[in-house]
Amino acid sequence: MKSGKFWAWVVFALGAAYFFIPLIATVEFSMRMRRGAYSFDAYQIVLGDPRFQATFGYSVLAAVFTIILGVLIVVPAAYWIRLRLPQLRPIVEFITLLPLVIPAIVIVFGYIRMYGSNSPLPFLATDMGTNALLVIGYAMLALPYMYRAVDTGLRTIDVRTLTEAAQILGAGWGTIIGRVILPNVLIAVLSGAFLTFAIVIGEFTMASLLNRPAFGPYLQNVGANRAYEPAALAIIAFAITWGCMSLIQILSRFAPRSANRPN
Amino acid sequence: MTDLSLSDHAVAGKTAPPSEARALRLPTQWLGVAPFFIFAIMFLILPTLYLMLGAFQNDAGEFTFENIAALAQPSIVAAYWISLKVSLSSALIGAFAGLAIAIAIVRGGLPEWIRSATLTFSGVASNFAGVPLAFAFLATLGRLGLATVLLNTVFGLNIYAHGFNILSFWGLTLTYVYFQIPLMVVIITPAIDGLKKEWGEAAATLGATQAQYWRMVVIPVIWPSFLGTVILLFANAFGAIATAYALTGSSLNIVPILLYAQIRGDVLHNAHLGYAIAFGMIVITGLANVFYIWFRTRSERWLK
Amino acid sequence: MAEPFLSIQHVRKSFGATTVVEDFNLDVEPGEFVSFLGPSGCGKTTVLRMVAGFEEPSAGKIVVGGKDITRLKPNQRNVGMVFQAYALFPNLTVAQNIGFGLKVAGMAKANIDARVAEMLDIIKLPQMADRYPYQLSGGQQQRIALARAIAPKPKLLLLDEPLSALDAKVRVSLREEIRSIQKKLGITTIFVTHDQEEALSISDRIAVMYGGKAEQVGTPFEIYNRPATKFVANFVGTLNVLEGKVTDAAAGTVQVNTQEVSLKGKLNGSKSGDMLSLALRPEAISLGRQPGRDSSLSGEISEVHFLGSVIRVRVGIGGNTVSLDTFNSPATPPPAVGEKAEISFSSSDMLVLH
Repeated sequence: MKSGKFWAWVVFALGAAYFFIPLIATVEFSMRMRRGAYSFDAYQIVLGDPRFQATFGYSVLAAVFTIILGVLIVVPAAYWIRLRLPQLRPIVEFITLLPLVIPAIVIVFGYIRMYGSNSPLPFLATDMGTNALLVIGYAMLALPYMYRAVDTGLRTIDVRTLTEAAQILGAGWGTIIGRVILPNVLIAVLSGAFLTFAIVIGEFTMASLLNRPAFGPYLQNVGANRAYEPAALAIIAFAITWGCMSLIQILSRFAPRSANRPN
Repeated sequence: MTDLSLSDHAVAGKTAPPSEARALRLPTQWLGVAPFFIFAIMFLILPTLYLMLGAFQNDAGEFTFENIAALAQPSIVAAYWISLKVSLSSALIGAFAGLAIAIAIVRGGLPEWIRSATLTFSGVASNFAGVPLAFAFLATLGRLGLATVLLNTVFGLNIYAHGFNILSFWGLTLTYVYFQIPLMVVIITPAIDGLKKEWGEAAATLGATQAQYWRMVVIPVIWPSFLGTVILLFANAFGAIATAYALTGSSLNIVPILLYAQIRGDVLHNAHLGYAIAFGMIVITGLANVFYIWFRTRSERWLK
Repeated sequence: MAEPFLSIQHVRKSFGATTVVEDFNLDVEPGEFVSFLGPSGCGKTTVLRMVAGFEEPSAGKIVVGGKDITRLKPNQRNVGMVFQAYALFPNLTVAQNIGFGLKVAGMAKANIDARVAEMLDIIKLPQMADRYPYQLSGGQQQRIALARAIAPKPKLLLLDEPLSALDAKVRVSLREEIRSIQKKLGITTIFVTHDQEEALSISDRIAVMYGGKAEQVGTPFEIYNRPATKFVANFVGTLNVLEGKVTDAAAGTVQVNTQEVSLKGKLNGSKSGDMLSLALRPEAISLGRQPGRDSSLSGEISEVHFLGSVIRVRVGIGGNTVSLDTFNSPATPPPAVGEKAEISFSSSDMLVLH
């Protein structure tokens, strides 16, 4: 028992070292811009860069649309499957696993070939169309996470009983979904939303191949041309990821905890 | 769909009274799932099928194996090989290190806050991939990185003189491990939690030593979820491009980077060869996931 | 009394500042079936876990077969244990589970197979050898767990609430099965439960525990009919408690509400004017005067519950309410609420609680 505890500490310390040294090194590196003294010059330059502001804004917007699209697609499907179409569950679960199987680069390659300017559905012919395709692609990337978050949320509140209770009380479908189901899965939806945000905000592959002025390609571009700014950007990106995950953690404390039935 | 509506019709026929309500309800429930299926078919399944079919067609649209055969050229084989090596080694290192950490925080008798802090951090770090991760490792183990400099000045160890390069196989592997370990921790911790304390106690009363208990129960029980997760980590690394691209540019020729270059500029001078490369990637990650699902069903069956 | 096989002597256990078990003593004869009965948190499981070796006593010692095992590791004690949550190894078949203890002891495969087959016969699941635990019902899993525990022929069998996770029907049939297997094999057994009916029905002796101590140790008959403390009386079985005041200690008269009952020779030491708690089992009370019952009280029927074969009647006597059961008889209608009623009982059945 004693030696087990010792080894547990050793493993933990090694892990902590591996994970914290790069973070410390990046912080240190990001502050080395001014010769001979630590400074926040790199952060000032990055945050003051109009391209940073433009691309970051673009990606935030893309993330917001991705979340809206994801919610619109996932929530009704997950709800109906829990409620009345359980026979579709295996198919849907398989589909939601696919974006983890098919690499993003392959998916976007498919889009470029299928939805080019001279295809029947020429998404890529216009800027707006390309933006839409990027959001669709992001929604695909986030699909596995969004679906699982929502499905778990629906499972804990036992939609079937809630729906039937609302029906007995005379509620229509609009009321049921808007007033009963959504408020109860809001926490789950928000968790999925923040995770989506964390995935989308710095995404590189799709944005780059669709030639969108997004944050990911901007990061890559800065990395290829500058020395200290990339480190500052890495810290900013880490802080954003951390923020999203913390929000999910905080939200999970407010999640309904009626684990009244396992399935 | 015809099938389902038929059976619904049959049901409605048997239970006569609510048939009207059913007729109203049926379209609603299909309407609810329709966007999901349309979306999945249009933007996931069809584009993938399009590429997979394209891999077996020539420019004239005729069926051919030429593209697949062309994958055998040395530069493409080398790209697949290095991709497999990086993915597999980062998956294995990440899996063993992640398993050790998960066991340490669940079974090691460490304070409770360490467990929750580790899990929170793992949630963050497993999502901290892509371009920024590459920057962090350049700042750590690049030529001017903190760890490189400190090792040189404090310990007199010049890792670059000893053949290390962040822009190499090992550099990339070490970087990938940064998101592989936390992913392993996040996925495997529930499996370790699923090991019931009573199993150990039952084994002890039956006379088993700790080593026997691990060999006969713990390892066989964890094995499927462990292997399943290794495969997931493998697929996760295999499709990743942003980190590698930001880290090495195109100096390390892994498959996704090759495909990226091909999409951007047809560097292979054969559009259908791009399809074949994508097809190869799908086959590899697809196979990996078949195994993943198989292992996961096995472990879930035991642990329910 | 024969030489005790298991002897728990002055055992104490504290976790930090809280004492979970204090000065627990118990001698168990070979082949005896002893239950630890008590509410959750009474220390019964902790005592069991100290016997198994999962907890080390803070003081005292545990002797099995003349050998002090207090500091022995669990895997050196040769005890069999059955857990509430079955704790079957999920990766092993039924046969492999049962054979686990034999395999780690290094027994030859042929012998293991023979012993496993024998065990499967004993628990009446011979066709289940190649199933996995997840394919079995709770009751079947618990029988496999029992077979696994007794397969290596342990000196002691420890059962930690083995029936709590099961359905009511399975619970009753399995407890009878456990008892008959235990008798057949003659294995010394400790059974931990919070269910008094379970403890009463299968034990040779029961140790009723409360607050880390054994309140009373005795046969089910003694525990039920002559509870030593108020806690035991209340915890085991249903009890009607009447508050009474001693009016004449020498004559043994006690006033309940405004009526007097005579409890000659049962007041051991109470003085006139003392308040007493008097207790009666429902089955010791009859409705109306009955031959052979020397005492009676009158009151008014406050509730009538028809339960099928019996009718449970509550009678209010001043501030006290008394429950009693009468048998259903198709010929006579049940008593009605609000009727005046007289209850009778033998003063010798009256328990005086201290």
